[in-house]
Amino acid sequence: MSDVRWIAPDARVRVELVLNGEQAALEAAPRWTLADAVRAHGLTGTHLGCEDGVCGACTVLLDGDPVRACLVLALQAAGRRVETVESLGPPDALHPVQQALRDARALQCGFCTPGFALLGAWLREREPDADAHRVREVVSSNLCRCTGYQPIVDALGGS
Amino acid sequence: MKAPPFAYARAGSLDDALGLLAEAGDEAKLLAGGQSLVPLLVHRVVRPTHLVDVDGLGELTGRTRDGRGLVLGALTRHAELEHAPLEGRERVLSLAAARIGHVPIRARGTLGGSVAHADPAAELPAALLSLDASIVTRSRAGERTIAAEDFFLGPFATSLEPAEAVVSVVVPGAARRGRAAFAELAVRAGDFALASVAATAVVEEGRVSEVRIVLGAIEASPVRATAAEQVLEGGALRDAAIEEAARAAASGCDPVEDASTSASYRRALVARLVRDTVRELRDGAA
Repeated sequence: MSDVRWIAPDARVRVELVLNGEQAALEAAPRWTLADAVRAHGLTGTHLGCEDGVCGACTVLLDGDPVRACLVLALQAAGRRVETVESLGPPDALHPVQQALRDARALQCGFCTPGFALLGAWLREREPDADAHRVREVVSSNLCRCTGYQPIVDALGGS
Repeated sequence: MKAPPFAYARAGSLDDALGLLAEAGDEAKLLAGGQSLVPLLVHRVVRPTHLVDVDGLGELTGRTRDGRGLVLGALTRHAELEHAPLEGRERVLSLAAARIGHVPIRARGTLGGSVAHADPAAELPAALLSLDASIVTRSRAGERTIAAEDFFLGPFATSLEPAEAVVSVVVPGAARRGRAAFAELAVRAGDFALASVAATAVVEEGRVSEVRIVLGAIEASPVRATAAEQVLEGGALRDAAIEEAARAAASGCDPVEDASTSASYRRALVARLVRDTVRELRDGAA
């Protein structure tokens, strides 16, 4: 066996990547997901709901595209670009999508909000002219148990 | 839910991946986009000892045309397929890809992964069957080209050998002509389909030929509705013929039953989806 190639199940390795615009190193074992690793790194805005790819609360941007961070192994993010909700804006300088979510009262408990915020930020940048149908299609990716979705759809331009 | 422990290696090339896979033994698996494998890991349905990551391998990406037809690399993402400038019957792949999961799933999930995973409800295997496509595989023993019809053996079962990888998918060049339609029904957008239909044909001067109607999520693997195809082949796609084909597809299939969906309901869905997709072929919507 080429032992040097394999990262052992219990090994912790450094995963170098560009995280929220800055060079960073996450620590992770092979079985850790990207969501596990960014949370262990202190970025706890990435919320883990279902942990099996259904709810979308853990959505982050990987090389610019929204992905479920619970369905990407941390080691697969090596050398790549990751944006978490912390990249959007602090409370005194909200990203337009965060402001829109706030204005539309598009959250109640707030657990799912980071995922929707990143979906919205991605859509705003990539498809600023997205029509209501497209907004709804993109939003359908994530689950919210409080709002009934309408305020979220309103905030992201889907109504 | 956390995955059980496994060793991990990132492959530097396809040959490297095949070597790692072979040396790691029977319980080693390839990892690409991870959209099916990671859920299986965290539910501990599978417990591989080793994962070989091929996600970044450039030689498994790309979309080219050669003497065989359209060649799609195994790492073609669903989102790429969804937006690719495909032609004629090939477009069934874009239509099918657009129905897979959600935007974030399609950004990561791969054609080769969907093919190797062989979920009976998966969209792309059904679409490949409707194109008479082939799966190109490689192991240290060499390369094989396997017709899609011979590749899918049952739920999550394929003719892949343990240390063999899907390299690409080949769609015959003739598929650049003709029309395509794809329809499915799922309880919510993005859920696994309860039934799906991939339909392709050449429609010329009011006559239809090369008809392929493939049912997904109905039997253990995607299956051609040959009785329905025969009803339509060479004809003019009149309403009566379409209705007869829909009935033939429904009565000719043997639907699986599960806790939420009876066989008779799946049969009714087949009739409806076959009717809708064949009408689309006629009307040239796709």
